[in-house]
Amino acid sequence: MLNVNFYICISAKPFMSGIVSYGSYIPYYRIKPEEIARIWGDEPERMKKNLFILSKSVPSPDEDVASISVEAARNALKRMDVNPEEIGAIYVGSESHPYAVKPTATIVAAAIGMPLEYFAADYEFACKAGTAGMQNVKAMVDSNFIKYGFAIGSDTSQGAPGDALEYTASAGGTAMLIGKNNTIAEINDTLSVSTDTPDFWRREGEPYPKHGERFTGEPGYFKHVIAASKAMMERMDTKSSDYDYVVFHQPNGKFPSRAAKILGFTEDQYKTGLLTPYIGNTYSGSMMTGLSAVLDESKPEDRILAVSFGSGAGSDAFDITVTGEMKDYKRDNAPTVKKLIEKVKFIDYGMYTKFRKIIVTGDSVE
Amino acid sequence: MTELSRIWRETEYRYNLIGFKCNNCGESYFPPRDICPHCHRESIGKMEKVKFSGNGEILSYTTVHDAPPAFKRQVPYLLALVKLDEGPVITAQIVDCDPDDVNIGKKVHMAFRKIREDGTNGVIEYGYKFKLD
Ligand SMILES: [Zn+2]
Repeated sequence: MLNVNFYICISAKPFMSGIVSYGSYIPYYRIKPEEIARIWGDEPERMKKNLFILSKSVPSPDEDVASISVEAARNALKRMDVNPEEIGAIYVGSESHPYAVKPTATIVAAAIGMPLEYFAADYEFACKAGTAGMQNVKAMVDSNFIKYGFAIGSDTSQGAPGDALEYTASAGGTAMLIGKNNTIAEINDTLSVSTDTPDFWRREGEPYPKHGERFTGEPGYFKHVIAASKAMMERMDTKSSDYDYVVFHQPNGKFPSRAAKILGFTEDQYKTGLLTPYIGNTYSGSMMTGLSAVLDESKPEDRILAVSFGSGAGSDAFDITVTGEMKDYKRDNAPTVKKLIEKVKFIDYGMYTKFRKIIVTGDSVE
Repeated sequence: MTELSRIWRETEYRYNLIGFKCNNCGESYFPPRDICPHCHRESIGKMEKVKFSGNGEILSYTTVHDAPPAFKRQVPYLLALVKLDEGPVITAQIVDCDPDDVNIGKKVHMAFRKIREDGTNGVIEYGYKFKLD
């Protein structure tokens, strides 16, 4: 690996905490790369091929990170009957929180009926804020601070009109309920790698992010995803063939499959969790929704490696084993990711600009 | 009462469809009421807070084309009278559907959405809308 300041945070030794329930939400509307290319004069086939994207989700005008997070958390609670009074923490990771000041976490907590006494905060670490929440909640459960906790990753990100990011920046989110009782998937261990890298950023008050073109691939995504994956396999004394599934952060359809190949994973291992070609990059929701799709299909004893990435930059790795509880888990009480991807409506670029508030309007529209 | 205090006061029942059930006659109400309109004084002390399931069916509906500025981005949208499984009838938007799929008697379930935004710097009001099952 590169010889730079590279910090590996050592997590506590494995405890018995893990995922108790999970739920996802993806908006109903979609736009195709052909439609975006039509407006900006790009070659649609080239964009589709370079980014491996077939459509991306678009939030409707009445959706935001709070509404998406609530739907995801409610879906998780439909699958597992947990008393909201026993949920002691909620962390919502996003880079598109509806308010700059006023937490999304308390809106979600109110909407799922959590009582007065709970830990809450909104997290921000580009696309890995949701998985940072998972680590925090796991640590709180392991140290008996709380019985259950929610970690949610959700975004309604925008790429600047005309920017390549516009083809992929989408909306969606996933909620993970973490605890020690009745876990459907043990989190065997988790670790993070982090560096100060200018690969992608958005300044306060700016509507769109910027990316350091040559920093996004190698020094950003691949360096961190691969280092975190390798560090985890070293710690667990595993090799790629020991895992049934692998899921990575997926800013486009290309990066995760390349990372998988570099690490020796096969298409059979990564295809279940690779959703970007159909829904785009849901940012903080990206890896967690991929993991949700994997949990939708997994069976007891399945081993999963899940690695997120957030620009700026860092990666969180999770080594997960599905437990016997999965057999009785009421997965079908809430829509699976497959189901969320099934029923969609495609819109044109004009409708997209109205939905995403990127046209200047007069007094007749608020 | 200011708009802000109305939003704050209504948060609990708008987020979670919480109403009241009269334990004198068994009727449920949404939005919440302190006194049952049938039983009047008989219902005092017998009104119980209940959380509705969020499931119901469409009694009637209309397509709105002429909307105030706050809702203009969603036009045309469907506004329906939804009869909750527990009895109360409420007015709400039906979202994420093809208008041709909407019919009287169709089963719906609650969705959590933004209801209104006070411009770009005001408070955001959230609450219930409905989706086809
Ligand atoms: Zn009564």
